[in-house]
Amino acid sequence: MIEIRKLTKRFGSLVAVNRISFDVTRGEVLGFLGPNGAGKSTTMKMVTGFLAPDEGSIVVDGVDIARDPVSVKKRIGYLPEGAPLYGEMTPIAFLGFIARIHGYRGSEAKERVDSVIDRVSLESAAHKPIDTLSKGFKRRVGLAQAILHDPEILILDEPTDGLDPNQKHEVRTLIRGMAAEKVIILSTHILEEVDAVCTRATIIADGRIVSDDRPEDLLRRSKGHGALRIRLRSGGDPDRAAAMIASFGSLSGVKEVEEVANHEGTVELSLFSDGGVVPTVAVADAARSGGWEILEMYVERGRLDDVFREITTDIGPKKDRKKDAANRGGADHG
Amino acid sequence: MADTWTICRRELAGYFGTPIAYVFLAIFVFLSGIFAFYIGNFFGRGQADLQAFFVYHPWLYLFLIPALAMRLWAEERRSGTIELLFTLPITMGAAVLGKFLAAWIFTAVALAMTFPVWITVNYLGDPDNGVILAGYLGSLLMAGAFLSIGSCVSALTRNQVIAFVVSGVVCLGFVLSGFPMVLNFFEAFAPPIIVETIRSFSFLDHFHAIGKGVLNAVDVIYFASLIVFWLFVNALVIEWRKAA
Repeated sequence: MIEIRKLTKRFGSLVAVNRISFDVTRGEVLGFLGPNGAGKSTTMKMVTGFLAPDEGSIVVDGVDIARDPVSVKKRIGYLPEGAPLYGEMTPIAFLGFIARIHGYRGSEAKERVDSVIDRVSLESAAHKPIDTLSKGFKRRVGLAQAILHDPEILILDEPTDGLDPNQKHEVRTLIRGMAAEKVIILSTHILEEVDAVCTRATIIADGRIVSDDRPEDLLRRSKGHGALRIRLRSGGDPDRAAAMIASFGSLSGVKEVEEVANHEGTVELSLFSDGGVVPTVAVADAARSGGWEILEMYVERGRLDDVFREITTDIGPKKDRKKDAANRGGADHG
Repeated sequence: MADTWTICRRELAGYFGTPIAYVFLAIFVFLSGIFAFYIGNFFGRGQADLQAFFVYHPWLYLFLIPALAMRLWAEERRSGTIELLFTLPITMGAAVLGKFLAAWIFTAVALAMTFPVWITVNYLGDPDNGVILAGYLGSLLMAGAFLSIGSCVSALTRNQVIAFVVSGVVCLGFVLSGFPMVLNFFEAFAPPIIVETIRSFSFLDHFHAIGKGVLNAVDVIYFASLIVFWLFVNALVIEWRKAA
């Protein structure tokens, strides 16, 4: 539904977005990940038609946004970073304005506003000036204006940034509820969010896409993925712990045993496989024959943090180029 | 067109949603009265017209209009709502025109609030109300020109104070270009054609003609084309500095 080709944006000497290409189709929730200043927001600003790209094209259902921006913008709902709003207005007046802009009049406009206020649970704040509302309410007003016209495409720049855990949960539930019939692109710093709502995770670093995968495939690339975590009672005896490591390490299918923690009479080990699956039954048998009590045992899913750090710090030229820009007095762009 | 009106209405509501509107209206009416009755010697002239009232409008606008226009775009920039506005399905023209119209309508309201002056002159004498109407129209047209400059300058910065000062200076240039002092200065070395060109750009020249009750097409076109020009530049400035 959205086709993005060789999108490029420069700010002075800095290339904020560098020949990015990707497609998104209905039903997908695409998560943009990346360090600060990687080009996530700039990419979103171009897709929503706020910034014109220096090169490349954005085509929505066959319509190039450069050629017919208004008709493409009609189909997009956008929550800009930090959810900027007209602070002196009340949510009800502000959403009324948004409804009129989208062409709703009279009772139809009122219905739209009422239903969207209901969807984001904004009733209690609907008649207070936006400036006086809490961060959570402001974010909800921002979301409300983005979904008011039921757009086919939803673009959310850090939708849960600065919200408390309950509010984050609400926003994620809202996003998941709309995911099936829409194209959703969201950016985030929170890796668990990608896991929770996204069907696809695109990692951007230094203005380029460095990884485009399903979150579970991304997890698979983590060193910890599939490792067996086991906690046993050692009674504080170091010999016993060493015996455990030796015993587990000699099992076939176990490549490496790592001691993660050793305190209060328990020892925690990570068992890495040699490519296949860690033989849980053999591990349990070995523990039983040693007479070691198993307190906890589970297979790790892997950590997105690890993968993220590995992918985004791996890029050699990035640091050099940023340094160059700084030397020339160039600013860091987000 | 519907979008222009929607944006205009939101902007107008924004004026009246803050104390700015009421402070502005009060100061405008108060100062225009002071200028007309004390400095302009309205009573002493013993004439049934509003010359003494209108003659000070350029000076009144010089600092009141930049104050009104400074927030138009600078505030959108500062708060980031400019990103919200230009990702809505509207055209640049609708946004620029809508905001300008809101400020202009607001100025028209301020002008209308000076009606006691008109009642006074009608009570005391028998003025030519056609001339007075022309004066009001001319004043409104001139205010529009001031506003278009202020709107354009406001789009250049996110700082309202800078917008205020810079647009005040630009407006001053347009007002002063008809001043004998300025024209004499240029006459000393510039050829007459240049002096005439400078004079022709003067707000004062064109406004005085209208204020005398002569609604010349030339003067109307002058102010109208000035508004169109500055709003066009305004749109270019926004497009050019969107990311800033």
